[in-house]
Amino acid sequence: MAKRLKRFSRSQLVIPVFALFLLIVFNLIRDAGFFELTIITNNLGDTVLSGNIVSILNGASELAILAIGMTLVTASSRGQDISVGAAAAIAGSIFVSVLRGAGQITVPVILIGFLASCAVAVVFGAFNGTLVAIFKIQPMIATLILFSAGRSIAYWINGGATPTVENSLVKFIGSFIPGIPIPTPIIIVIVFGILVSLVLRFTNLGLYTQSVGINEGSARLNGINTVWMKLLSFMILGICVAIAGCINVCKIGLINHETLLLDIEMDAILAVAIGGNSLSGGKFSLTGSVIGAYIIQALTVTLWAMKVPSTAVKAYKAIVIIAIVAISSPVVKEYALRLRDRLFKKPEKLEQSFQEGSIDGGKSL
Amino acid sequence: MQNDIVLSMRRISKAFPGVRALQNVDFTLKKGEIHALMGENGAGKSTLIKVLTGVYPKDSGQIHIAGINKEINIRSPQEAQNLGISTVYQEITLCPNLTVAENMFIGRGSYRLVNWRSMEKKTADILAKLNIPARATQQLSTCSLAVQQMVAIARSVDMECKVLILDEPTSSLDEHEVAKLFSLMRELKSRGVGIIFITHFLEQAYEICDRITVLRNGELVGEYEIKDLPRVQLISKMMGKELDDISALESRKTFQAKEDAIPVFEAYGLSSAAGTKPFDFKIYKGEVNGFTGLLGSGRSESVRAIFGADKVTGGRVKVNGKNVKIKRPRDAMKHGIGYLPEDRKQDGIIEDLSVRENIILALQVMKGFFRPFSRAEAEAFADKYIKLLGIKTASTDTPIKSLSGGNQQKAILARWLLINPQYLILDEPTRGIDVGTKVEIQKLVLKLAEEGVSVTFISSEIEEMLRTCSRLIVMRDRNIVGELKGEDMTQAKIMHTIAGEAAQNG
Repeated sequence: MAKRLKRFSRSQLVIPVFALFLLIVFNLIRDAGFFELTIITNNLGDTVLSGNIVSILNGASELAILAIGMTLVTASSRGQDISVGAAAAIAGSIFVSVLRGAGQITVPVILIGFLASCAVAVVFGAFNGTLVAIFKIQPMIATLILFSAGRSIAYWINGGATPTVENSLVKFIGSFIPGIPIPTPIIIVIVFGILVSLVLRFTNLGLYTQSVGINEGSARLNGINTVWMKLLSFMILGICVAIAGCINVCKIGLINHETLLLDIEMDAILAVAIGGNSLSGGKFSLTGSVIGAYIIQALTVTLWAMKVPSTAVKAYKAIVIIAIVAISSPVVKEYALRLRDRLFKKPEKLEQSFQEGSIDGGKSL
Repeated sequence: MQNDIVLSMRRISKAFPGVRALQNVDFTLKKGEIHALMGENGAGKSTLIKVLTGVYPKDSGQIHIAGINKEINIRSPQEAQNLGISTVYQEITLCPNLTVAENMFIGRGSYRLVNWRSMEKKTADILAKLNIPARATQQLSTCSLAVQQMVAIARSVDMECKVLILDEPTSSLDEHEVAKLFSLMRELKSRGVGIIFITHFLEQAYEICDRITVLRNGELVGEYEIKDLPRVQLISKMMGKELDDISALESRKTFQAKEDAIPVFEAYGLSSAAGTKPFDFKIYKGEVNGFTGLLGSGRSESVRAIFGADKVTGGRVKVNGKNVKIKRPRDAMKHGIGYLPEDRKQDGIIEDLSVRENIILALQVMKGFFRPFSRAEAEAFADKYIKLLGIKTASTDTPIKSLSGGNQQKAILARWLLINPQYLILDEPTRGIDVGTKVEIQKLVLKLAEEGVSVTFISSEIEEMLRTCSRLIVMRDRNIVGELKGEDMTQAKIMHTIAGEAAQNG
C-alpha cells in the first residue's frame, strides 16, 4: 500500500485528485449535508437518486466525454480542437432532424439519428484532422474555421428553427430510464469510459498516439503512419462530439444551435490541463482529464450552492482554475521539491534509496 | 600588426563543462581574401566563430582587429557588428514577410523616423552595385534562397563590415545558385572585405578560397595557402591521419559472396528528396559494408533512401532478388530492414516513453495496430534485451530520456534487433557514446554478420569502419565516387578516393 502511494505521489494524477479532494472537504466543512443522497419521486413518478453528487456527475457528462476526445487530439497533434461546441451543435441538429423526420420516434429511429450524427461529426473531425495532419496547420487555427462556421451550419440543418423533441424515449436518455435510479447520461459516460479503456487495452492507440505526439519524426521512422494517427484522433473526438451533442439534446428536449454546449471547448481543454496532461502533446492520462471534467462541474455546483450570482460564477471558477494550473506548473513543482529538500534533507535521501529498492522488489514479486 | 591583416586571433581557448572546445587556436584573416575554415564535426569551427562574434566569451587569448590599436573584447553579437564583424548563417535569419529594403535596414539606427523613400533608393543602389537580382520593394520570401542569402550578405556589407563570416551558406543552394553567390563573394573580395568561409564542400573551398585554416578536436592543425595543399593532404589533416600511417589493424575476414548468391538488398538508380544523386547498391547475406565520406557527402541520405525515410524520388529496389516497393519506413521494415538513425535525439528515441515501450515499438508496429503485446510479453522482450546488451536502467518503466546516451543507443539497437532483421542499417551508432560501449557495438555488428545478418555500418571514425566493414562505399558531394574492398581498404586509399584522385598506394 505504501509503495503504491509512493508511486502515485509521482504520477500526474496527484494534483487533480488532490484538488477534487480539497473541493470535497471544503464542501463538507461548509455544509455537512452537501453530499447527501436522497431518494425522491420525480414528476414522472419514478423513484430516483437526487443530490449534489448526482447533479455534478450528471452535469459533467458531456464535458467528461469531450475531455476524453480532446485528450487524444492534444496528445497526437500537440494542439487543441476549439470547434467541439460548434460541431456538437451540428451533430445535435442532425440528431433532431432525423428524429423529427421519422414521424414516430422509436428506438431504431433514435439509433439511426445517433449514428447519422456520429457520421457527420466524424466527417467534420476528419476535416479538422486533414487540415492539421496533411496541411500542417496549427490545430487551433485549423479548428477556428469550424468554430466560426459550425453554428451557422447547424442553423441551416433545421431551417433556422429551434425545434423541440417531445418524446418519452428521448426523456429516458436525457434523464432517467424507469426503474433505474441513476441518470442515464451518467450510465452513458460509464459505458463510454469502459469502451475507451477496452480500445486502449486491445489496440495500440495509446502507444502510437503518444509516440506521434512526443517525437513525430521518430514515430515515422518506426513505421507509424503519423498522418493517419492524427486524423484518427480527430475522428475519435468527432464521435465524442456526437455523443455529447445527442446527450445534451435529450437533456433539454430541444435544439438551440446558438446555445447548445456553448463555450464547452474551453472547459474541455481546461479539463485536459487540470488532469495533469501537457497541452503540448505526448504522454496523456484519460483518467486525469475525466477527473478534470468533474472538478470543473463540482466547482460550478459548489458555487451555485453558495448562492454566487450566476453571472459571477465564471469569475470565481477562473480563480480556482488559475490556482490549480499554477500549482501543477513545473516552476511551482520545482520550487516545492527544493523546499522539501531543504526542510527534510536527510530523511529524503534515505527515502530515495528505499524507493529504488522498492521498485526492484516490486518487479521481482 | 601588418597592414594587410584585418583580423588576428591569438591563442584562443574556450572550455565547456567536460569539453575543451578550443585550445590555443590562432587565426589570421587578411584584407581582401577568402579564407576557408575547415574541420570535421566537433573540430571547433563554430565555437571559434561564436567567440569571434561575441556569442561565447573566450576563456583566454587575444583578438586584434585592423584600425583599433589595442586588444578588443567582444561581449555580444551587437558589439561584434559595431566592430565590423558580420555573420551570415546557414539558415537565413532575415524576415521573409518584409521587403528586401526593410530587411536591409531593420534593427539599424534610429527607429523614430524612417524615410522609406530614401531607404528604398539606398537599397536599390546597393543591390545594383553588388549585382544582386532583386528589387528593393520585393517581398523577401518571393526571392530564391540564394538571393535571400545575398540580401543577408548585402545587409552585412552595407553595415561597413571588415570581416564577413559565411557559415555554410551553400548547403541549401543548388549549383547555379552557388555560382551566383561565389561571384558576389569575389566582388566583395575585390572591395577589400575579408571573408571567412565555412563549408564542408571540398570543391567549393578549392574553387573560391585563397587560404585554409584547418581545425581538429579544438586545436589548430595549420594554416595553408590553398595552392600548396593538395586535397589528399587537406583530408588527412582534417581526419588527423598521416597518409603513411598505415596502422596495424587486426586482420579482418574478407567477405566473399558465393558465385550464385542473390543479394539481400539491391538498389538501382535510387534517389530521394533529401538530395541524393541516383546510386546503385547491393549487399549480400552476412556482409558488413560501410558508407564513408566527409560530413555532408550524402552517406546518411543514401541509407535513409534505402529505408524510405525520406521521400523516394526514383529508382528500383530488390529484396532477395524480388522487385519490391519501399516508399515508407513501414515497407522497409516489412522486408526485414532495420534502420538506426544518425540523430538519436531527433529520430531515434521517444523521450517520454519508457525503455520498454521504446524497445518494443518497431516490433509492435509490425505486429499491427489491433494486436498489442500484453504487458508481460513486452516486459519479457525488454528484460531480455536489457540483459543481452547490458542496458543500464533502473527499470523497464524508466523514461528513456533519463538514460545516458550510450544506453539510449543500446535501447534503440535493441528495438531493431527485436524485429529480427535480415538487413540492419546503423548510421553512426557509436556517436557520442563512451569507448566501452563503442567496442561492444562493433563486436555486436560482427556477431550479427556471422549469424547471417547483412549490416551497413556508418561511422565518422574511419578505424571503426576499417575494423568492422568488409567493403566501403566512398562518397563525395552526394555521389558515390568509389568502392574499396579487402587490400584496398586503407586510410590512405579512402582519403585518395574522397579527394577524387586516381587511386594509388599511399
